[in-house]
Amino acid sequence: MSERQGPAAARRRERMERVSDRSIRGAAAVTGFAEIKPERRKPGRTAVGLAAELAKNCVEDAGLTKDQVDGLITHIPYSHNIEFAEYLGLRPVWSHSVDQMGGSGATSLTVAAAAVATGLADNVLVIVCSSQWGGFGGGTEPSPDGHGAQYVRAHGPGPGANYEYAQIATRYQHLYNLSDEDRVNIAVQQRENAQANPNAVFYGQPATADDILNSRMVADPLRLLECVMPCIGGAAVIVSAADATDYSPNPPVYLLGAGCATDRGVPGLSYAPDMTISPVKVSAERAFATAGLTPADMDMAQIYDCYTIAIICEFEDAGFAPKGEGGQWFASHDVTYKGEFPINTHGGQLSFGQAGSGGGMSHVVEGVRQMMGRGEARQAQKDLNYAFINNNGGGLSVEASLVFGKGVD
Amino acid sequence: MAEQELKRPVPSSNALTEPFWEATKQHKLVVQYCPPCDKLVWYPREICPACWTMEGIEWRELSGKGRLHTFTVIRQAADPWFQQRVPYVYGVVELDEGPRMISGIQCEVEDAVCDMPVEAVFEDLDDDWTIVQFKPAS
Repeated sequence: MSERQGPAAARRRERMERVSDRSIRGAAAVTGFAEIKPERRKPGRTAVGLAAELAKNCVEDAGLTKDQVDGLITHIPYSHNIEFAEYLGLRPVWSHSVDQMGGSGATSLTVAAAAVATGLADNVLVIVCSSQWGGFGGGTEPSPDGHGAQYVRAHGPGPGANYEYAQIATRYQHLYNLSDEDRVNIAVQQRENAQANPNAVFYGQPATADDILNSRMVADPLRLLECVMPCIGGAAVIVSAADATDYSPNPPVYLLGAGCATDRGVPGLSYAPDMTISPVKVSAERAFATAGLTPADMDMAQIYDCYTIAIICEFEDAGFAPKGEGGQWFASHDVTYKGEFPINTHGGQLSFGQAGSGGGMSHVVEGVRQMMGRGEARQAQKDLNYAFINNNGGGLSVEASLVFGKGVD
Repeated sequence: MAEQELKRPVPSSNALTEPFWEATKQHKLVVQYCPPCDKLVWYPREICPACWTMEGIEWRELSGKGRLHTFTVIRQAADPWFQQRVPYVYGVVELDEGPRMISGIQCEVEDAVCDMPVEAVFEDLDDDWTIVQFKPAS
């Protein structure tokens, strides 16, 4: 294979020599994004139709043309990337379906970055959305003799993941001192963020801690407003090689660090040594190590918040607060877009809405949007140089952590 | 829908797990045991997750005693039959011998506490199915 020529390749070689030969640090950048407003129902819309709308808008936002997209990653319920490429009239040289449940968005970024870093593709379109039939993942039915059918169904689990996270919350509150008020504080602050985001499902509906604690109990100790609202929607980004982003009118947002981890299955929280400690401990540590940065260097965080207890565990396990003190940390810091450490500036999934696995992707897109300075009314009021993103799936089973930077150095 | 039209969800089984379900019918709790690494394994698998042994995995009867590791009160059920029975306790039991099992907990909602001692209770759902659940230890 002949060595790549030109100033861009030289810059890339020089940069890669400064980090580990095998590091993803600074090899990829996000140049554009698109998002579909999450809503409870979208009559007449299909999942592939939503995905196509995301593709068109995202490619245009990045400053690309259709023909320049040579890589494709999708997570579209009931649709494979191969089918969808045909639907879209794309002929990618490299494509994948990624299914890490709620963690699919951030995980897809790591896969796309690896592809552009190794020359498998130049411009990867990543799409994660939900379908009119709901659903996380590729639309596979649970196995008729699988774990759920044999050992769970006859005991009466609740819908969605409410009962799973409720059990994490129960154990957490047994081990640590966490009041109901401190547990829901993050939801209150995110609801405030949502008041500056017209696309949020709870836009125009502020809520206090009392409002949340007085909403009906769903699975003790979790109240309704501590659980995400399932929606239809999705989000997309373009990932390119970091030294080949000149085509875009947007400032590139560089991927400085990435880490993934899986340490239990579904419903693996039951079998995890300590269900209150998530694999974020591993994924975030790897992301920060890759970036050569620490939690203290971050200016902002976008962290998967399917439930109040989930973001508390992830936040602690990423190293932002001591274990057992996440709820109190939120209660004593301003984490709105106006504050010292903005978190989930779009409202979080709790107030923005959860479009299936696209809910996780909303954190990725919000991180990119803020780093590009395109947050409009909810733009962080402090300077942003580094952002931490975390996606979680399967009841704290699978995690993907990212560190974004405005520059590579 | 009237209650008499609803059926309680029952488990399923396959060749691998038949010994477990045969044991519950006799009101016994068994789990897999891997001789090479001397570990109990729950839930049943075709491979020991610790040492990857696929041959010679045995079944061992357990005491049925343990502690309630965690729980929730289900106030909104996924299944219509269970929805008519909310609220009820659902949790994870850590058996004295080590493994953890997902289970309905047969106690009053206000009585459930983490780490409380529990014991197995067998419930015959019909002629084909008996499940193991747990209740506060007597």
